[in-house]
Amino acid sequence: MRRLASEPHEANSSFLSAERPVALHGILIAPFTEFAFMRRALAGAVALAVAGPPLGVFLVLRRMSLTGDAMSHAILPGAALGYLAAGLSLGPMTIGGLIAGLIVAIASGAIARTTILREDASLAAFYLISLALGVTIISVRGSNIDLLHVLFGSVLALDDAALILLASIASITLAGLAILYRPLVLDTVDAGFLASVSRSGGLVETAFLALLVLNLVGAFHALGTLLAVGLMMLPAASARLITQDMTAMITLASAQGIIAGYAGLIVSFHFGLPSGPVITLLAGLLYLLALLAGPAGGLLRRLRPRRHLEA
Amino acid sequence: MLDAAVRFRDVTLGYDRHPAVHHLSGEIEKGALLAIFGPNGAGKSTLLKGIAGTLVPLSGAIELPGVKDHEIAYLPQAADIDKSFPINVFDAVAMGLWKRCGAFGRISRSDNAKIEEAIAAVGLEGFESRPIATLSGGQLQRMLFARLLMQNAALILLDEPFTAIDSKTVADLLAVVARWHAEERTVLAVLHDADLVREHFPQTLLLAREAIAKGKTESVLSPENLLKARSMIEAFDRHAQTCVRAA
Repeated sequence: MRRLASEPHEANSSFLSAERPVALHGILIAPFTEFAFMRRALAGAVALAVAGPPLGVFLVLRRMSLTGDAMSHAILPGAALGYLAAGLSLGPMTIGGLIAGLIVAIASGAIARTTILREDASLAAFYLISLALGVTIISVRGSNIDLLHVLFGSVLALDDAALILLASIASITLAGLAILYRPLVLDTVDAGFLASVSRSGGLVETAFLALLVLNLVGAFHALGTLLAVGLMMLPAASARLITQDMTAMITLASAQGIIAGYAGLIVSFHFGLPSGPVITLLAGLLYLLALLAGPAGGLLRRLRPRRHLEA
Repeated sequence: MLDAAVRFRDVTLGYDRHPAVHHLSGEIEKGALLAIFGPNGAGKSTLLKGIAGTLVPLSGAIELPGVKDHEIAYLPQAADIDKSFPINVFDAVAMGLWKRCGAFGRISRSDNAKIEEAIAAVGLEGFESRPIATLSGGQLQRMLFARLLMQNAALILLDEPFTAIDSKTVADLLAVVARWHAEERTVLAVLHDADLVREHFPQTLLLAREAIAKGKTESVLSPENLLKARSMIEAFDRHAQTCVRAA
């Protein structure tokens, strides 16, 4: 990761000097025209940012913000088993991760419905077991470097197969959300009402969790388990602070994800910083800005309220 | 004899084996406007849950011969609507169209007109684009009635619909109830205000875990019956024996 990012070190020395008129081009565009791995990273980041943040918006509205985090850990043992079977390769790790994530999602939902444990408690129990299991399995065969790869991903080393996977997941997610949109909104606003008029509530939630797992598995290759949720939740939480309109919220969240992905790659390229954390940090920066100045609930609105209206 | 909308066949409803409604039998005819009245803990809400199908009977059965599947509109006591969700009044009322439109059906121009009409019928004109987060308790209840109107149901179940609602709003919502009655829909409402029941509900089921009386409101709400209902023991007996009455 570091090695790749610091390869073009010559570019580093000149990018701050304004001598050449092409400086801006050199900073913002050249990394992508000159280096294929940067183009791939950008395509991967955009794919993640298009699909993940809309899911994040629903997680925020359903008060399940931490569910994404828990699920991102839950996929680890499956990915680890895939790794144990076939080493660091895309297919087995993806399928393993998907299966592990779906098992945890469905099992914790079923346990919440049939025992006195609420969903949060049963999910927490499952993901903690999952995480411990995953780390144990990796340590059986792998080195620390492999573990780092799993935990932090490698957006700068996406091959064709990984890109196709990310693009497919983004497409499936957008199509799936379009199909689920109306029942998902109803289930979020008033689950009791949806249950009284239709039996689709449970199915909708399961399908939604399946999309979530799918995206986390995709993001896991690029950003690793620890950061996979960042690009999903931070733009979503930020969009919630900016607008009250559902459609605008989803669009804004995706847009912020794309901006963070692009800017994060640029920054990591020029400063030789690891790209995954930088992308997440920039998404976090956008969130902090929204927290400060967001028109739908930012701090500034609270500190300096406008004068009240007549009616 | 009129057709039955709801038929109770020796039904017992409850939680964790303890009955909340015990061995209830009888019928509610189609088009009835019936109040379900009784002390706290009498099983009124439990009975509505049983009719709505969200609670499975411990024994016996509830049949809905006059009601086609899913033609029930149910307003629970504490509607678990998430007021913080960014949705406006118009869209929330449109939720009532679910059975007709489902997940993909288009909401036509005539549907839009019906939504406008339902919003007007509950006195919320001008609130269409307001986020539901800004509604007061009474306004929210008006909106939920508009959603019930959109459901166009044959059987309407209302659980304490007028609790913590001012008299003006109650009067407006009672007008909606009267409209349903005139349209020969069956309306069952759990209520605790005897005067309101006497004035607006021709029939009453007096419930105190078991049915005390059912029929014309003035004869059901007699002092003797009310005394009998009040003498019900509310707390359940931890060491209760298994009920031996035939199920």
